Amino acid sequence: MPWLSILMGVSVLGALGVTLVRNDKLAKQFTLGVSLVVLALAIAMAVGFNPNGDKFQFVEKYVWIRSFGVHYAVGVDGIALVLILLSVVLVPIVVLASWHDAEAGKRSVRTYFSLLLVLEAMMIGVFAATDVFLFYVFFEAMLIPMYFMIGSYGGAQRSYAAVKFLLYSLFGGLLMLVAVIALYSIADKHTFMFSDLIGTIQDVNTQKWLFLGFFIAFAIKAPLWPFHTWLPDAAAQAPAGAAVLLVGVLDKVGTYGMLRFCLELFPDAAKYFTPLVITLSVIGIVYGAIVAIGQTDMKRLIAYTSVSHFGFIAMGVFAMTTNAGAGATLYMVNHGFSTGALFLIAGFLIHRRGSQYIADYGGVQKVAPVLAGTFLVAGLSSLSLPGLSTFVSEFMVLVGTYQRYLVPAIIATTGVVLAAIYVLWMYQRTMNGPTAESVKKLPDLSVREKWVIAPLLALLLVFGFYPKPLLDMIHPAVKSTLTTVQVSDPAAVVPVAKEAQ
Amino acid sequence: MEPAEIIQHSGGVIGASWLMIALPLLGAAILLLGGRRTDRFGHLLGVAMSVAAFVVAALAFFQLLGFAPGERRRGVSLYDLIPGITKIGLLVDPLSISFCLLITFVGSLIHIYSIGYMAHDPARRRFFAYLNLFVAAMLLLVLADNYLGLYVGWEGVGLASYLLIGFWQHKPSAATAAKKAFIVNRVGDFGLAIGIFTIFATFHSVSYAGVADGIAKGGSIPFTAIGLLLLLGACGKSAQLPLQSWLLDAMEGPTPVSALIHAATMVTAGVYLVVRSGPIFQATDTAQLVVTIVGVATLLAGAIIGTAKDDIKKALAGSTMSQIGYMMLAAGIGPAGYAFAIAHLITHGFFKADMFLGAGSVMHAMNDEVDMRKYGGLRKLMPITFVTFFIGYLAIIGFPLLSGYFTKDGIIETAVEHNAILGWLAVLGAGITGFYMSRLVFMTFFGKKRWEADAHPHESPAVMTWPLIILSVGAVVLGAFLVLGNRFMIFLAPAVGRPEELPSFAPFSPTGLVTLALVAVGAGFAWVRYGSAEVPAVAPRGSFLTTFARRDLYGDALNEALFMRPGQWLTRLAVFFDNRGIDGLVNSLAALIGGTSGRMRKVQTGFVRSYALSIFVGAAVLVGAWFVVGNL
Repeated sequence: MPWLSILMGVSVLGALGVTLVRNDKLAKQFTLGVSLVVLALAIAMAVGFNPNGDKFQFVEKYVWIRSFGVHYAVGVDGIALVLILLSVVLVPIVVLASWHDAEAGKRSVRTYFSLLLVLEAMMIGVFAATDVFLFYVFFEAMLIPMYFMIGSYGGAQRSYAAVKFLLYSLFGGLLMLVAVIALYSIADKHTFMFSDLIGTIQDVNTQKWLFLGFFIAFAIKAPLWPFHTWLPDAAAQAPAGAAVLLVGVLDKVGTYGMLRFCLELFPDAAKYFTPLVITLSVIGIVYGAIVAIGQTDMKRLIAYTSVSHFGFIAMGVFAMTTNAGAGATLYMVNHGFSTGALFLIAGFLIHRRGSQYIADYGGVQKVAPVLAGTFLVAGLSSLSLPGLSTFVSEFMVLVGTYQRYLVPAIIATTGVVLAAIYVLWMYQRTMNGPTAESVKKLPDLSVREKWVIAPLLALLLVFGFYPKPLLDMIHPAVKSTLTTVQVSDPAAVVPVAKEAQ
Repeated sequence: MEPAEIIQHSGGVIGASWLMIALPLLGAAILLLGGRRTDRFGHLLGVAMSVAAFVVAALAFFQLLGFAPGERRRGVSLYDLIPGITKIGLLVDPLSISFCLLITFVGSLIHIYSIGYMAHDPARRRFFAYLNLFVAAMLLLVLADNYLGLYVGWEGVGLASYLLIGFWQHKPSAATAAKKAFIVNRVGDFGLAIGIFTIFATFHSVSYAGVADGIAKGGSIPFTAIGLLLLLGACGKSAQLPLQSWLLDAMEGPTPVSALIHAATMVTAGVYLVVRSGPIFQATDTAQLVVTIVGVATLLAGAIIGTAKDDIKKALAGSTMSQIGYMMLAAGIGPAGYAFAIAHLITHGFFKADMFLGAGSVMHAMNDEVDMRKYGGLRKLMPITFVTFFIGYLAIIGFPLLSGYFTKDGIIETAVEHNAILGWLAVLGAGITGFYMSRLVFMTFFGKKRWEADAHPHESPAVMTWPLIILSVGAVVLGAFLVLGNRFMIFLAPAVGRPEELPSFAPFSPTGLVTLALVAVGAGFAWVRYGSAEVPAVAPRGSFLTTFARRDLYGDALNEALFMRPGQWLTRLAVFFDNRGIDGLVNSLAALIGGTSGRMRKVQTGFVRSYALSIFVGAAVLVGAWFVVGNL
């Protein structure tokens, strides 16, 4: 069965269908239905995935532009699969969360939900693409629905934020385009198929230039320090649901791209640039956290925590050990749930009070205990508390990095202290203390809102204690990647008996 | 003697010992998710889950006793926690089971006491949920068979501690104290985490068995680094210098919390970590020396702080720091000290919980007043509280034949033999203990009444006094039971090893006599100042030294000057740099391009959006052109 095409097809048809529905309420229900169908299909597909089978599964390959060797070719390994699952889990949640968010927008409610489904199809496509050109097309095309979601439904500064987001991303995209075309011509294989391009560029200098073309695009997308300043603006101005997909999924395309393309296509260049990338990552971890502490706007604060978290992911990717790589992949998934929950709950809060400023709150716990409680759990997931899945991935990244790069891992670990400060201080200022006059009548979470948050927190908890199902999918893919790059894990100083491990 | 091998085990209560963790965790989940529906029976469910965990612990203990001493380390496999890093299982051995019994027994008593203490609190259910959560996390901490499992429990108790210190979160002071406790603990956890990374990088295993196996095999193992990193973690959790500052603020939490978490159990986790990591510490004299120095420094610092506090809970908190310092000192000595460290930990768990709950009983009677200068003469009105508290007091100062006499004296004797300077400093600490504890008792229960006009002290209800009575019985008998005949040392040996030669208990040894004499001097001095003399209602200004002690030895001032203010400054700088520096650069680049294109504005629509679109279209054209040209 062409699972991946079906997933995208259902989303696209759904998007078209939404535009035909005349009634806003019906349009929302229809969108929710479509996204749930996609979710169900994706789960059915994932069940059929064999972690120890072929590298790419559910492959489809059709010639698209014959003269250039461009294919519509899709397929997933464990890494792509978990990211697709992340995307299709988040979409219905975002639909439900955005129920009333599009009403104040410049365009119609139906357009918003239609854009969401278009975006869903593209998110699936970008992770599933096994043709480099197809990947590029999705990579760029994804900008369009997100641009409109921010620019037409966002906050007061939405135009500035949307244009900044678009220009920044286009700049990166153009660099990647040049690199993609150069790769095609230098490899001289008359194909854009990812697996055929592996190992074709032998010259290290060529690798370095091509690597940079891809890497800068991904570093802007992720975003890595110092390419990050578009993110706080975009995230703060986007409606909460769009912010979740932006930070939760779209940005992951950057870190996914590093792992998939930068490492496998340009292994020597990747090794050459590792010290630089790890340095940028570590700076991002510490810097993002410190700047987050100083924020006065909740959404910007959450955006900066993500800058810090993306540092962890990039560091894990480039540490090139099994633990760090698998941890980084798992981190991408967990971060989607964790930051998703934070953005959505902050969104609920902001919607009630009409302000993004932390100082406008105080003592909310007293009047809205459920809202406060879920906010705390989401916050604790952001500071990687053990028992929540974010801990597993952060621990894996750190221990995996430590195995090879001692000092960066130690500096990065200070992030756990800084995270405690930015999360708990924000929580204290908004939720604790005497109840502020302006929030005295704040209602607690509604039933719909509880249904939005519950699945996210449940996933964080379940995978916190039992991450094995995800890791079983991720591990073989990461090992295969590291084999392509020709690195092996550092050995134990003192190997111990197997049963004692 | 080396610790015994771990034997895999699946049957009986030991095989089901995961229930100890699961039951309170289930209780917490029901109470938190059930919401107001569970208000009516929440406290009862909380107590039931804690008692059930105690029953499991007791049964497991008796099953363990049924094995020969050399076979008393039983491993229970659970599941693959993080594939590629570690599985998780439980290790039921004399060390962990001792903790389990202490945690669940004292924990259950405190649960019961809280029914009365929190009776009028509208959020009592939530309180019991957090207490259950704490018990579950603490049991995971001591039962896990590897460092990662320990770490999960370690941060879990940190979370419970955060939630409970800030339980009355509408009070800004409580919310701040909770946050501070968590953050300072995270500094310690930073060390612990890197210690675990080092262990993994060295052995590719984080299990206790794996580490022991690796050490037996030998090789270049960074013992000292691991030891010091673990110690940093221990300092955070156990409020040892230099990470002690959170504990005094933690007294913002309800008093049963102070008794359970910040006296009897959680704060002793650092001692557990050091003892459990014995194979690592015993291989590094440096780390062991640092452990003993930290212990002695903290036992003195805590005692000095205890002398100057008028807040009854803070005085007791200083005392807790100090007593854990004694345990740390013993734990740093090695197998000769392990049994005394843990024995003192257990007896301290009883007598300190007894005194904290007693303090809670007093506060309950005095409209939540904590200032001892507004107490006085309470012994007649609160006879049960007074008698039980007084027993705890005698136990902690080491009054002959009571618990503290045996366990603390054991530490002091071992320490003097190990390192004379450190040992005699510990003796000095005992003298100060005699002073500050006597001061506390005299100010509270003796002398004239100095109450506020609206205070009507009365004895607490039975649900609160019975736990006091039971704990005070422990404070009397446990020390003799554990120490005489080296009973506890022999029991623990399969888990932690033991010295070649068992110590012989000598009543009234020279060291012991000096200690007793100093305690008597301290108590006598306290009587002169606070017993026979009038206690002023307002604290006198005092000397420089008094201020030094009142300000917690300037620990907070130091933290503020070294970390907080530079941190705030750094944060502001970073935010400024981000807005003006990086983003400013990006925006001026954009402005430059925008300015250039502005000259062509007459033929453009003027919308920045359309510029973006034209870039996109232009790019597409370029691509197309490339293909056409490239293929000709």
